[in-house]
Amino acid sequence: MVKLDNLVVSSSPHLRSGEDVEKMMWHVNLALLPAVVLSVYYFGFRALAIIVFSIAAAVATEAIIQKATGKDIYIADGSAVVTGLLLGMNMPVHVPLWLPVVGSVFAIAVVKEAFGGLGSNFINPALAARAVLLAAWPVHMTSYAVPFVDGATHATPLSILSGAAQGELPSYLDLFLGNVGGVIGETSALALLVGGIYLLVKGVIDWRTPVGFLGTVFVLSWIFGGNAGLFTGDPLYHLLAGGLMLGAFFMATDYVTSPVTKTGRLLMGIGAGAITVMIRLWGGYPEGVSYAILLMNVATPLIDRYTVPRVYGTARKQLARR
Amino acid sequence: MGRLTFQGGVHPNYRKEITSDRPITPLAAPAQVIIPLHQNIGAPPEPLVAVGDLVKVGQKIADTEAFVSAPVHASVSGKVVAIENRPSCIGKEVLAVVIESDGQDTPWEGLQPYPALEEMSPDDLRQALREGGLVGMGGAMFPTHVKVTPPEGKKFDLVIINGSECEGYLTCDHRIMLEWTEDVIYGTKAFMKVTGVDKAIIGVEANKPDAIELLREKLAAEEGIEVKSLEVKYPQGAEKQLIKALTGREVPSGGLPVDVGCLVQNVGTAAAFAQYLKTGMPLVERVVTVSGSSVENPGNFLVKIGTPFGYILEHCGVVGEPKKLIAGGPMMGVAQITAEVPVVKGTSGILLFDKKDVPAGDARPCVRCAKCVDVCPVQLLPLFLMDYSLKGMLHRAEEYHILDCIECGCCSYTCPSRRPLVQTIRMGKADVLARRRKRQ
Repeated sequence: MVKLDNLVVSSSPHLRSGEDVEKMMWHVNLALLPAVVLSVYYFGFRALAIIVFSIAAAVATEAIIQKATGKDIYIADGSAVVTGLLLGMNMPVHVPLWLPVVGSVFAIAVVKEAFGGLGSNFINPALAARAVLLAAWPVHMTSYAVPFVDGATHATPLSILSGAAQGELPSYLDLFLGNVGGVIGETSALALLVGGIYLLVKGVIDWRTPVGFLGTVFVLSWIFGGNAGLFTGDPLYHLLAGGLMLGAFFMATDYVTSPVTKTGRLLMGIGAGAITVMIRLWGGYPEGVSYAILLMNVATPLIDRYTVPRVYGTARKQLARR
Repeated sequence: MGRLTFQGGVHPNYRKEITSDRPITPLAAPAQVIIPLHQNIGAPPEPLVAVGDLVKVGQKIADTEAFVSAPVHASVSGKVVAIENRPSCIGKEVLAVVIESDGQDTPWEGLQPYPALEEMSPDDLRQALREGGLVGMGGAMFPTHVKVTPPEGKKFDLVIINGSECEGYLTCDHRIMLEWTEDVIYGTKAFMKVTGVDKAIIGVEANKPDAIELLREKLAAEEGIEVKSLEVKYPQGAEKQLIKALTGREVPSGGLPVDVGCLVQNVGTAAAFAQYLKTGMPLVERVVTVSGSSVENPGNFLVKIGTPFGYILEHCGVVGEPKKLIAGGPMMGVAQITAEVPVVKGTSGILLFDKKDVPAGDARPCVRCAKCVDVCPVQLLPLFLMDYSLKGMLHRAEEYHILDCIECGCCSYTCPSRRPLVQTIRMGKADVLARRRKRQ
C-alpha cells in the first residue's frame, strides 16, 4: 500500500489554462510598440522621452501608493505601464516634460488607486488623465507637431476637415502611414492596426468592440459626413484620421471599463462610434474618440445589466427588473 | 465528421495519450476491500451482513426499501471483518463494510444470467438495474433504475449513450468502447427497451476515431442506433451540453433530461448493464484510469469495488514528489487527503500529480476580462456570480441564474487572475438553496 503524506487538497478544477493578466498586459505593451517606433521615427527622440516620463511616473505612483496602503506591490503586472504608455501616446510631442508626469500621477492616484486599484476603476485612467490635461493646459495639449519639422506646429487633419483650421488635407497614404500632424501615438493607422490585429490573434481583445467602433464610424461618417447631403461623407478619411485606431483597439477594449457580455462589447463599440462621429461632425472639438470612450465607460455597468445573455435552458432573454 | 457541439467550453491539455493505448488489465483483489455502503445519490442502503459473516462475490451486502437508492454487493469472497466509518473519496468518513479476501473469488451461488432482451419486459429490466446495483458510472452515481423511470406524464423518445469522455487524462470509457464494444451495444439496446424508445445515439468526441469507427462497423446492420462524432471540447460530456450538441434541445432550467425526452447513460454504465444481464454478476468491479505525472506505469485497470487507491498506486508505481491525488478527472475530480480511500462505482480515474503540476499562485483582482463569460457552457456571468456570492447578495445571484451552474470549472480554469470562481459559486449555490428552504 502506497501511503501519501502532505497531499494538497483543493476544490476542483485542478488544471489552469496558464493565462495570466500579466502576460495579457505585456501583450498590449508589445502591440503598441510599432506605433511607438514610428512616432520616434516621425517626431524624434522627444516622443520617446515623453513616453518614458509618462510610464515612469505611472509605475512610480502605483508603487508608492501600493506601499503606502500596505498592499503587495504589483507593478510588474504591466497595467501601470499600459496606462503610462497610452497617456504618453496621447500627447503632442512639444508638451513640457512635466505634463506627462502630472497626467500619469492623476491617472494612477486618482482614477485607478483611489477607486481600489487594478480592476476597480470605472473609467479608463489614461483617457481620464488626457481629458484633465486637455481642460487644464489646452494650449500645450493641442499644439500638434508636423513630422520631420522641428518646432513647427500644425493643424490635425480632422480640424482641417471640420473647417476649424486652414490647411491642405494630407493624402490617405500619409494618414495611413502616420505622416501627419497629431499626438505621438495616434498618427499611424497602419502601426496601430498591426498592433490591434496582434491582440485579436492572441485572444487578448475581442473583435466585437473594435469592429463595432470602426464600423459605426464608417457608416455614420459616410451618411452624415459630407457637405453635399446624405451619403457623401468620406468614411475612409474618418477611419484613418485622429485617434480612432488607438481608441478602437487599445482603449475601448480596456477590460476593466468595458462591458463583459458579448452583446455589451458590441454595444460599447457602436456607442463609442456614434458619439465619436457626433463630436467630430457637430461638436466643438475636432476629435471625439476620447470623450466617446469615457462616456461609454460610465455606461458600462448599465450595459452589462441590460445585456445579460440567455442562460441555457431558460426561455428568453432575461431583462433586468430591479 | 460532425462539428456537433455546444456554446462555450475550454480546451485543456487532454493528455489522454498517456493511457489511451493501455488495454484494460484486471488487477488482483487486495487482501482487504473497503466497500462504502452509500455509493449512490439518494438514500443510503443498510448493511445486510454482520462482522464475522462469510460472503461471496456478488452477494448483496447492503440494501434498502427506499426507491432512490442502490444495493451494494461483495466484490471479493471472504470474511466481513469490520463495519465501520472509513475515509471515502467524497472527503468524509462513511459507513463501509470491510471484507478480508480469501483469495478465491468464489462467486455467490444465487447469481443467474437473465434471459435474452426480447424475453424481458421493461419492468423486468428496471428490476434488474436495481438488483445489479447499477448507478451512473461517469461519476454522478445516480441510481440507474430511477433514471430510466420517467416521472408521471413524461416520456422518453431518445436514448443517448455518452462516450464523449471529455475530461483530461481519462481513457477508461475509450477502452471500454474499444474492448467491450458488444457490451456497449447490448447495453444500449437494453436501455432502449427499458424506456420503450426506438432511437439511440452514441456520442463520442472526435479524438477517439478508432472507437467511432469500430462502433459504426458493428452497428452497420442495426437500425435505430447512430454513432455521432462530437467536437473535442470540455465539458462536451456534461449531460445538458451533450443533449444540446446531439439534438439541439435544451433541458429547461431546473429540469431533467427527461423533460426533453432524453435518457443519457455513460458507455461504462451501458457495458456494466450488459455484463450484468449476460452473467448475473452485479456491479462489483469497474475500469479505472490511473494516470498523472507521479504514476510510473499508468494504465487502465479492472479493479474490484472497494480496492484502496494506495493498493492500485503500489501496483503502478509512484515517482517524483506526489502532491495531489484526485478521484475522477482533473476538471471535476475530488482531491484526496489520503490514499486509503477505496474505489467506488463512480471512480473513473485515479490521478496522482507531481508537485510541479499542482497549480500555485494567489488570486489577483478581477479585471473583468470576461474570459469566464466566454467559456461558460451555460452562458452565465461567473464574475458577477462570484461577486454576489462573496457579498451575500443572494437575490442577485439567484436572478443571474446561479442555480443553473453545472460546476464544470471552465471559469476557474480560464481565469487569468486565478480567481476561485466555481469554488465560490458552489458556496453561493448552497447559500441560495438554504435561503430558499428558510423561506418555505
